[in-house]
Amino acid sequence: MNRSFHKSQTLRFYDCSAVEVKSKFGAEFRRFSLDRQKPGKFEDFYKLVVHTHHISNTEVTIGYADVHGDLLPINNDDNFCKAVSSANPLLRVFIQKREAEHGSFVAGSLSRRRKALALREDGPRRRPHLHISMPHDFRPVSSIIDVDILPETHRRVRLYRHGCQKPLGFYIRDGMSVRVAPQGLEKVPGIFISRMVPGGLAESTGLLAVDDEVLEVNGIEVAGKTLDQVTDMMIANSHNLIVTVKPANQRNNVVRGSRASGSSGRSSDSTASRHSLPVAHVLQNLHPDEMESDEEADVVLEGVLEPRLVPRPPPGSLARVNGASLAPGLHSPGREGSGSVHRLLSSLRSDPRHSLALPPGGVEEHGPAVTL
Amino acid sequence: MIRPSPSRSFIVLTTVEHGFPHQPSALGYSPSLHILAIGTRSGAVKLYGAPGVEFMGLHRENNAVVQIHFLPGQCQLVTLLDDNSLHLWSLKVKGGVSELQEDESFMLRGPPGAAPSATQITVVLPHSSRELLYLGTESGNVFVVQLPAFRTLEDRTISPDAVLQRLPEEARQRRVFEMVEALQEHPRDPHQILIGYSRGLVVIWDLRGSRVLCHFLSSQQLENVCWQRDGRLIVSCHSDGSYHQWPVSTDAQPPEPLRSHVPYGPFPCKAITKIFWLTTRQGSPFTIFQGGMPRASYGDRHCISVIHNDQQTAFDFTSRVIDFTVLAEADPAAAFDDPYALVVLAEEELVVIDLQTAGWPLVQPPYLASLHCSAITCSHHVSNIPLKLWERIIAAGSRQNTHFSTMEWPIDGGTSLAPAPPQRDLLLTGHEDGTVRFWDASGVCLRLLYKLSTVRVFLTDTDPNENLSAQGEDEWPPLRKVGSFDPYSDDPRLGIQKIFLCKYSGYLAVAGTAGQVLVLELNDEEAEHTVEQVEADLLQDQEGYRWKGHERLCARPGPVRFEPGFQPFVLVQCQPPAVVTSLALHSEWRLVAFGTSHGFGLFDHQQRRQVFVKCTLHPSDQLALEGPLSRVKSLKKSLRQSFRRIRRSRVSSRKRRPAGPPGEVPEGSSRAERTGLQNMELAPVQRKIEARSAEDSFTGFVRTLYFADTYLRDSSRHCPSLWAGTNGGAVYAFALRVPPAERRMDELVRAEQAKEIQLMHRAPIVGILVLDGHSVPLPEPLEVAHDLSKSPDMQGSHQLLVVSEEQFKVFTLPKVSAKLKLKLTALEGSRVRRVSVAHFGSCRVEDYGEHHLAVLTNLGDVQVVSVPLLKPQVRYSCIRREDVSGIASCVFTKYGQGFYLISPSEFERFSLSTKWLVEPRCLVDSAETKNHSCPRNRSGPEKALGRARNSGSQSDGEERRPSPVMEHALLNDERAMVIGVLSEWP
Repeated sequence: MNRSFHKSQTLRFYDCSAVEVKSKFGAEFRRFSLDRQKPGKFEDFYKLVVHTHHISNTEVTIGYADVHGDLLPINNDDNFCKAVSSANPLLRVFIQKREAEHGSFVAGSLSRRRKALALREDGPRRRPHLHISMPHDFRPVSSIIDVDILPETHRRVRLYRHGCQKPLGFYIRDGMSVRVAPQGLEKVPGIFISRMVPGGLAESTGLLAVDDEVLEVNGIEVAGKTLDQVTDMMIANSHNLIVTVKPANQRNNVVRGSRASGSSGRSSDSTASRHSLPVAHVLQNLHPDEMESDEEADVVLEGVLEPRLVPRPPPGSLARVNGASLAPGLHSPGREGSGSVHRLLSSLRSDPRHSLALPPGGVEEHGPAVTL
Repeated sequence: MIRPSPSRSFIVLTTVEHGFPHQPSALGYSPSLHILAIGTRSGAVKLYGAPGVEFMGLHRENNAVVQIHFLPGQCQLVTLLDDNSLHLWSLKVKGGVSELQEDESFMLRGPPGAAPSATQITVVLPHSSRELLYLGTESGNVFVVQLPAFRTLEDRTISPDAVLQRLPEEARQRRVFEMVEALQEHPRDPHQILIGYSRGLVVIWDLRGSRVLCHFLSSQQLENVCWQRDGRLIVSCHSDGSYHQWPVSTDAQPPEPLRSHVPYGPFPCKAITKIFWLTTRQGSPFTIFQGGMPRASYGDRHCISVIHNDQQTAFDFTSRVIDFTVLAEADPAAAFDDPYALVVLAEEELVVIDLQTAGWPLVQPPYLASLHCSAITCSHHVSNIPLKLWERIIAAGSRQNTHFSTMEWPIDGGTSLAPAPPQRDLLLTGHEDGTVRFWDASGVCLRLLYKLSTVRVFLTDTDPNENLSAQGEDEWPPLRKVGSFDPYSDDPRLGIQKIFLCKYSGYLAVAGTAGQVLVLELNDEEAEHTVEQVEADLLQDQEGYRWKGHERLCARPGPVRFEPGFQPFVLVQCQPPAVVTSLALHSEWRLVAFGTSHGFGLFDHQQRRQVFVKCTLHPSDQLALEGPLSRVKSLKKSLRQSFRRIRRSRVSSRKRRPAGPPGEVPEGSSRAERTGLQNMELAPVQRKIEARSAEDSFTGFVRTLYFADTYLRDSSRHCPSLWAGTNGGAVYAFALRVPPAERRMDELVRAEQAKEIQLMHRAPIVGILVLDGHSVPLPEPLEVAHDLSKSPDMQGSHQLLVVSEEQFKVFTLPKVSAKLKLKLTALEGSRVRRVSVAHFGSCRVEDYGEHHLAVLTNLGDVQVVSVPLLKPQVRYSCIRREDVSGIASCVFTKYGQGFYLISPSEFERFSLSTKWLVEPRCLVDSAETKNHSCPRNRSGPEKALGRARNSGSQSDGEERRPSPVMEHALLNDERAMVIGVLSEWP
């Protein structure tokens, strides 16, 4: 190939710019290294991978485990560069046959079934010939939901926190809101977003802003609840937070149906429905099982390390614990692949399709003992 | 079987308040009813008679009660509030039970244009005619009001001018009136009243002839006056610490004082604010007065002095004296007062002193206990105590109470009709000074049974043997400390944080602020032994951490003498010495588990060996590592926030006030509101919305520990296990191997970790419970052995119930897979603060009952959640959500009752179950009071009852003083006897 690809064993210790790559196809591993500064082109990388695994005649897709433990695709120069530059310290590459690939990328396979709206920030690609992944190859960060049932002045925002290490990143406060009542305008207490943390999930979505009034948390109205109660509700739902807000800035509202103008012209209609949401104001587009599936499962570890003190455990108990008795506990039905599972655990799993969650610090994969 | 509908067996009733009223402000006593009344600054009136006889009334106004006066010989009382309103209350019999209710209220109105001080009431005199009330005011007027309708009799007002005109010439020279300080009826002649004015003039006024019978003029400001019983002498006390005796005669000569005396002179003294002059059959009269101490050296003491014959004692109280009264012969025809008890209401406690026994010992009150003698730091409730243990605790306690008087409780009005409590319940309170108090919580009277001090185990700055109150014989003034209120702790590390009592074995575990865990055993004999010390290093070999909190306590080396009762034999000290946050004791396996913010450990108290320790600390959690000192900053922050919150709540409460017509809003308040809102803009209270993470502080804090014999490893063999839940939502389960009893001392207890569950919502775990094959919670240790519970079902599969602050979750065992859950916080925004299993009996079907979870949330709501289906049954608001300390103090009992602190000194008792109600039911009848006089020469049925009590306990040579608590413990025939006596009563 060229200067950027080397056989790994030589470079590992004296070239600090080298990125160690561990590539896996089926049960086979290959190790080599890449130059972090100049990784080269995706096509070269593809050829190298296919070559080192001796599978030149098969169509494969290449994925890697990112720092959050999600399996992301490598299919163009950009995401290849990203993969190499973010490798810390090891880049784990997973190769799958093209036909088996469908539905395996991105953590939380269930969440992908929803037609999630991925945000695209840049305009048309400069090189149209590039392969652009399907939307489900991206991790959703947030979405606007239930546009069809909500008044236009309201916005229901869903924040996907799993697999993302960004903080939710916003603050709420008490405040006064003006409502239309039969006897005229009246001031009622309300909960408002008071601050956005720069770089936080809430800010990065662009869907929430300071002074937006919070109306509901996961389908439950916050009217009559204290600031502390609403805080607790949001934190309790933080793995899958759905907030319905009345944005302070009403100009960017989603326009429904064929009407072209903004909501300002039709305020009488929307204010009437403002406080009387449809009776079934629960999140209609979310089926209960989906809500459920989105929940992060608890992690159960069986027979972890013995307490350090006397008496010592009988020899061999550890091996049994991590080998035989572990598997049934982990693969209990209904919990498979749901969400970003405990990193430590998933590193023990054998099948990468279910668990590509890797701790950032690196975990020894084959040993019987698990250490953080 | 008839299944009662579940909702019918739940209610929430606040049934009775235990302890000492917070901020008492007035004292009243009815000599005829033998009932004591206490008013508080929040407008409550509480009446106490014989043990179990209690009433409570609350004024609609939230004003302090300033004075309480019983109407002579009637079941009625008048209260004066600090808004100058008078209220008439009466005890009315309804359905066989007396109830306290407010009949009338009244505001004294002066003539138009008069100054407000003209009607500001300073003294109230209920006249013995039972229909007139004399009201002395700041202006010197004495108004007359007719009861019960509070009709002002204007023509009978005694104005200072009228008095002045009727004074002899020579007394008219000076302005001697000002406010009325004293109003007293002549003890023999109801047509004469004594009026004392603050400038020093005292007149005896003839009500029929409207004239001055005699007058006394003193050069000092008057504080109070007292008649001698025969009306021939009055005693006045003054602001310079003197008192004067004046002979009462109708001579025209202005009398000179018979005797003037400054008891604590010659140096300037503080005022004597109240004085009693009480004659006795033998010897000189009793002089009892409040204050009068030398200003410079003892002016800060709260003293009441008693002088009788050549004996003089200045009782030195622990807190400000609110008021006092002397219990004496009530029959007005009797020749002598013969006082028998002094009742003193201090700000923090009620003290009763026996005046008949030499040395004037204290009488132990059966109620009104000062729960807060040292601040309560934790509480623990144990239901249904076996009789044997109960008697042993009482026996140990009675030896601590030998310094109390043997006098029967002198305030014994009314009859308690409440049925005997169905079982013996103990409430244990841990205190800041390292003591644990054992209270009889079976009935209406919360009574101290026994006090355990853990201080002796440790070396503290003050030597417990040093007697601080020891004073020389000729010490002057003759001060004597009385009372138990002592809020100052020698060492805050001694504070008790967790208590666990096994009622079957008598083992007690107590854990404290400096990581100390003591295991104690009940011993009926005094003993001297060395307490074994063990250190539990919870950080294990984690390097590089420095604990910046307090040091651990230093244990006293060598043998220590322990009095009969619970005696410690093992001391485990956690290292670092952080507060012990959870504690569990298994008396059958002889194991004690303890947890702090760093980890938890298991200790075998049979072999006195540590079984294991487990560090739960997240390595990045510096806050927990460094100890409480580093939290000062965050405390400051939270204080600041709470101030903001107070400000905000003021603003919002103003908003919530019903809006009147818009024109009427006063300018001032709207401006205040506007500035309030501006403040809010400046400093908005905001809350961060962030998911919990493993790196949060105090995730390793061990919140709950639980022992269970269950299927931890596989479904064929069950084994002992220990479960621990942390603040970070982690549950650790350890399988234990406890050697069989015959080899218990030979083999080691082994433990190995079998499971670790990380709840992904990471909320603090507040409860762990294992349900047996029938979904019934596993019984307590030794419960089955004592035939008090059915054996758990070990055939079906067990389930694990984990309660976090946010969710309830049921898992299967041994394979931990989630089965059911109830989300609380996500739906309601409330968090679980306390959870406990309670047995709810049916009130219709005798032996039917169900186990459910009693839950208290951070909003003060009490909920019942069914087990095992986790269905919310009922929800009631119980504690105000702002009352954080009340919510934190709540304990549930095993039978659906609960206690929480409504003030530092009072427990409110509530019940969730219709079957178990403890509330006062009592009868007070004015007719029955005829026989009452003083307790020593009582006649009639009361005496018989007293004798019955004595005969019951005299067999126990040591314990001469009968205790009503013992009676509950005694057998049925005794109870039958008591009931028999009571039925003869009317």
